[in-house]
Amino acid sequence: MIPQLFILSILIFALAKAMPGDALTGQLASNPKMDAQTLHELKDKLGLLDPPYVQYGRWIKGLLHGDLGMSVMHQVPVTELIAGRIWNTILLSAAILILSYLIAIPLGIVGGRWTDSWADKAIVGYNYLTYATPLFIFGLLVLFVFGFVLGWFPTSGSVDIRVENGTFAYWMSKLNHIILPAFSGAIISTGVTIQYLRNEIIDTKIKDFVKTARAKGVNESKVYSRHILRNSLLPIAAFLGYEITGLIGGSVFLESIYGYPGIGQLFIASISQRDFSVVTALVMISGLATLIGTLLSDIILSAVDPRIRID
Amino acid sequence: MKAEAINPTEVKVKKAKKISALSIMMREIVKDKLALFSLILLAVILIIVYGAALLLDQDKIVTVDLLSIYSPPSAEHLLGTDYGGRDILGQLIIGAKNSFTIGLCITLLTGIIGLCVGLCAGYFGGKVDNIIMRIIDFIIILPTLMLIIVFVTIAPKYNVYTFVLIMSAFYWTGKARLIRSKTLAERELDYVQASKTLGTPNWKIIFREVLPNLSSIIIVNLTLNLAGNIGIESGLTYLGFGLPESTPSLGTLVSYASNPDVLQNKWWIWLPASILILVMMLCINFIGQALKRAADARQRLG
Repeated sequence: MIPQLFILSILIFALAKAMPGDALTGQLASNPKMDAQTLHELKDKLGLLDPPYVQYGRWIKGLLHGDLGMSVMHQVPVTELIAGRIWNTILLSAAILILSYLIAIPLGIVGGRWTDSWADKAIVGYNYLTYATPLFIFGLLVLFVFGFVLGWFPTSGSVDIRVENGTFAYWMSKLNHIILPAFSGAIISTGVTIQYLRNEIIDTKIKDFVKTARAKGVNESKVYSRHILRNSLLPIAAFLGYEITGLIGGSVFLESIYGYPGIGQLFIASISQRDFSVVTALVMISGLATLIGTLLSDIILSAVDPRIRID
Repeated sequence: MKAEAINPTEVKVKKAKKISALSIMMREIVKDKLALFSLILLAVILIIVYGAALLLDQDKIVTVDLLSIYSPPSAEHLLGTDYGGRDILGQLIIGAKNSFTIGLCITLLTGIIGLCVGLCAGYFGGKVDNIIMRIIDFIIILPTLMLIIVFVTIAPKYNVYTFVLIMSAFYWTGKARLIRSKTLAERELDYVQASKTLGTPNWKIIFREVLPNLSSIIIVNLTLNLAGNIGIESGLTYLGFGLPESTPSLGTLVSYASNPDVLQNKWWIWLPASILILVMMLCINFIGQALKRAADARQRLG
């Protein structure tokens, strides 16, 4: 993990250097009459003339201290800008994960237990549909139908600005704003989980230990709920970490469709405004989140499956 | 279960001696009504789109006509016009053509890269495999979508080719992994060993002997990826970081919907493009699923 993080940081640093504009561009805009001599001195003062490895060292040092630089557009520290929005994204992602498991696990169990029944066929069909539908189109259609045509839910933002922070109404308004994006994100991400769970149950239910359980006289519903499901849920649990990667990509789409102020929307806004210090920080954070997700998956996997444990 | 599974396979193999892989795939599609319908529908869409794109005058479509801004569908403009008074139907056809072509290019390019890398890593193993897998593992953990957007923004002289290259640079890894694992299994089989003993050069074993045995898996993977790539391309274009403005895609039309007024009141601008993306992706996916069954004898319908 450490070497991967190190290479990732080098890649992002190189990208940041390749991006047009540096810490001075903002000051230059406010003071266009700055002459070449002063500019050179300022650059020297900010360390922009140092060799790349020195600059990289300084950047990493700042990163480890939680200093991500200044946003050129907003003239506030990047950390502050991100801190104001990251909780919205975490909330949305958590809602998507929970909703997606709430939908996928029952469907997967039904599909796996009653294979080839009409319910199973319907689930497989649903699976094909959600697997093939791109998130942004589904999001738009859901927004159009439930937000505009039916008018059941708000169409943008994360909370009604008129309600007071911390009250019950505030949280209800937050919930009301999160339902549509979370729902569309969850529906699209159920496909993989259903398919894994269904296949896993189909594979497990013909194994010997299940026969033994039946022979002992365990009733059928208990065979499924205790013996088969426990074994089938393991790969799903291990998949949890990888879901984080999908959630980051999904947040970019969902947040820009629903005008939801999270880091995905901040990312798109910053890159359109060429606010590259924010962009760099966001890519680094997402990279870190993806890495942690992968690591989490590996840990869960080795925890639940002794065969791949590294001692 | 196991015994049942093996027996029909063996029978199939004996029968299949004279039947080419292509005809097995065709037969599977014909047996699966949904896949057959998808194939016909997709073929009709593509013929219309590519045929009409030849006849259409692109300059006329992109010309701004201030007299007919946001006009709803009428006899003159079958699907209405956008904020510049440009015909939606024309843009839809050109967009569909571009989206499909770009999707196909990305799929083929990632296919070639993935194939070469995967075959080499799987066949040679050892150090080569180790290094390649480290690189793939690294690329897989990157926040792909964000990095693509960053690359698209900072790429100098950005055009369609740059876009295809950037996309391919990130999306070849899955294929390389798949092909590597299959090659790894194939390498241990007797025919490869026998061929080696006879002194066949490695490149010949890889491309003439191992590759044909992987062809069905590769075709399935490419088909399913084609649908995914069209989706990713139009999604990126929707966000404004896909195809450059000179090459409109289906995502360009959908992106007009980021204006709430268009989304709410002017359905004719974004809805047809969304549905077309959806229909194309569904068709390709259904065909891909049928091919997947054809590649695995145990799952075949007929």
